[in-house]
Amino acid sequence: MIVSPAPRRTVADTVLGRHRLRGFELVPWIGAIAAYFVFPEYLALGGQILIMVLFALSLDLALGYAGIVTLGHAAFFGTGAYVAGILAVHGWSEPLSAILAAAAAAGLLGVVTGAIVLRTSGLTLLMVTLVVAQLLQEAANKLGWLTGGADGLQGIVIAPLLGSFRFDLFGRTAYLYSLAILFLAWAVARTIVHSPFGRSLIGIRENVTRMQAIGSPVFQRRLRIYAISAALAGIAGALLTQTTQFVALQVLSFELSGTVLVMLILGGVGRLYGAFIGAPLYMIAQDQLAKDDPLYWLFWIGLLLVLVVMFARGGVLGIADRLRARTFR
Amino acid sequence: MSAQPALETRALCKSFGALAVARDISFRLPAGARHALIGPNGAGKTTFINLVTGRLKPSSGQILLGGADVTALSAEKRVKSGIGRTFQINTLFNGLSVLENVLLAVGERHGIAGDMLRGAGTYRAVVEESQALLERLGLAADAARPVRELPYGRQRLVEIAIALGLAPKVLLLDEPAAGVPSAESGLILDIVETLPRDIAVLIIEHDMDLVFRLAERITVMVQGAILVEGTPDEIAADPHVREVYLGTEHTR
Repeated sequence: MIVSPAPRRTVADTVLGRHRLRGFELVPWIGAIAAYFVFPEYLALGGQILIMVLFALSLDLALGYAGIVTLGHAAFFGTGAYVAGILAVHGWSEPLSAILAAAAAAGLLGVVTGAIVLRTSGLTLLMVTLVVAQLLQEAANKLGWLTGGADGLQGIVIAPLLGSFRFDLFGRTAYLYSLAILFLAWAVARTIVHSPFGRSLIGIRENVTRMQAIGSPVFQRRLRIYAISAALAGIAGALLTQTTQFVALQVLSFELSGTVLVMLILGGVGRLYGAFIGAPLYMIAQDQLAKDDPLYWLFWIGLLLVLVVMFARGGVLGIADRLRARTFR
Repeated sequence: MSAQPALETRALCKSFGALAVARDISFRLPAGARHALIGPNGAGKTTFINLVTGRLKPSSGQILLGGADVTALSAEKRVKSGIGRTFQINTLFNGLSVLENVLLAVGERHGIAGDMLRGAGTYRAVVEESQALLERLGLAADAARPVRELPYGRQRLVEIAIALGLAPKVLLLDEPAAGVPSAESGLILDIVETLPRDIAVLIIEHDMDLVFRLAERITVMVQGAILVEGTPDEIAADPHVREVYLGTEHTR
């Protein structure tokens, strides 16, 4: 048998220490808090960015880690948004409990639909997830008495947060509330991706056949992360409802499923922080571009996406990875 | 060592419509055996492995592991009952490091892979066991490299390392040296030869030198059925085998 020389710094050290928090992981939070003070006039946009970061983060768990390519993630975002909205219209105005209810409803929908869609893969999976979201949107459209239909759900009243912080006109409470919820969701997502379960999801993404051959209950694992991802998406939807006090049918739309996918691809898939780059990049670009070109701003986003897919696989974080690899070589 | 065979199949059949790919296969692999399964292409060797591991459902017949009937168990459960396999074509986690390829298998075996709450790195014993396994197979120097960057022969070793990470009682090796230059196939053979005797090994192989060096018994399959089983000498001398498989000019 061949005896290999022992390497000096082993990969085992890397594996053993991967879950430890590193300095760069604090950057998004410092940035978000700094933005609160530096751009007080942009807090409404800022709040929406945080919500989309959470939505994209939820997608990253399913798509980036477990390799579940979905075109219907708005189904869960929209479910969360409508649950929070309908509760508020019927007098359940306390926001935190409503968030939990939205998460539970979206998570449950994730289990039920996941039990069906996760039996498929590839193009079929793509189509079935899309169909689920489209069916829900059509249902919301038809159930006007409950959802407000095409006019949107109006008359939403949200009680002050923790009984004392009112949702003000400038979006200060909304911004900090969204940031706090995003932080908690990130802590959950981060714990999951560094756990043995999270590593096994990467194994499933890399090679399903091999995972089955090492005795991994692949379907059950994928269903579990799909439900968690759905619950987090539902929380994002509920946040949008509570901070804008309105729900439109668009929260269930194919466009939204596509948009969040584009955000994640721009930032970088399967890296946990792609959402934190892609969502702000997309929304700030949209905000600026739409000012100059309200009709065709999407063209520039499309061009950016084409460039990323052609020249920068892995998005912005993929570029960062390659630069780092080159520096340390 | 128990008297029960490590692996046994009873009258195992599999058909796709009118096409019978496994016909009445009754096979015994004693504990600690070194057994080769040979046969021409399309004889149903890999199909047999897929039936045994649960990737395919048999049309009829039984599969027993250590005397226990596992016919109704899923592929995952059978792994837990002590069956490990390698694939004819590399089936690896290409983007992950060699260490992590093995780590996933070892983690599944220890039953920790469903844990969502702790960092994977806090399971130090699992990481160390995986590292030790790589050292045993001479793969330690490659531990940090992504599998896809390894030469094909080294990747074949990772195939075996993953299967060994499951600590199987029955190890099914589907052409472990396929596609490997002969200079390197010796290394793979060395590893198979040094496996501990508490693992029963069933090896599918086309390289006859390798088969005759390793196997204590050989089973020949043709058209989905077992043609003959015997010691290497008996198989080499069998006129039927010479006719259908080895070719008339084969000599040892």
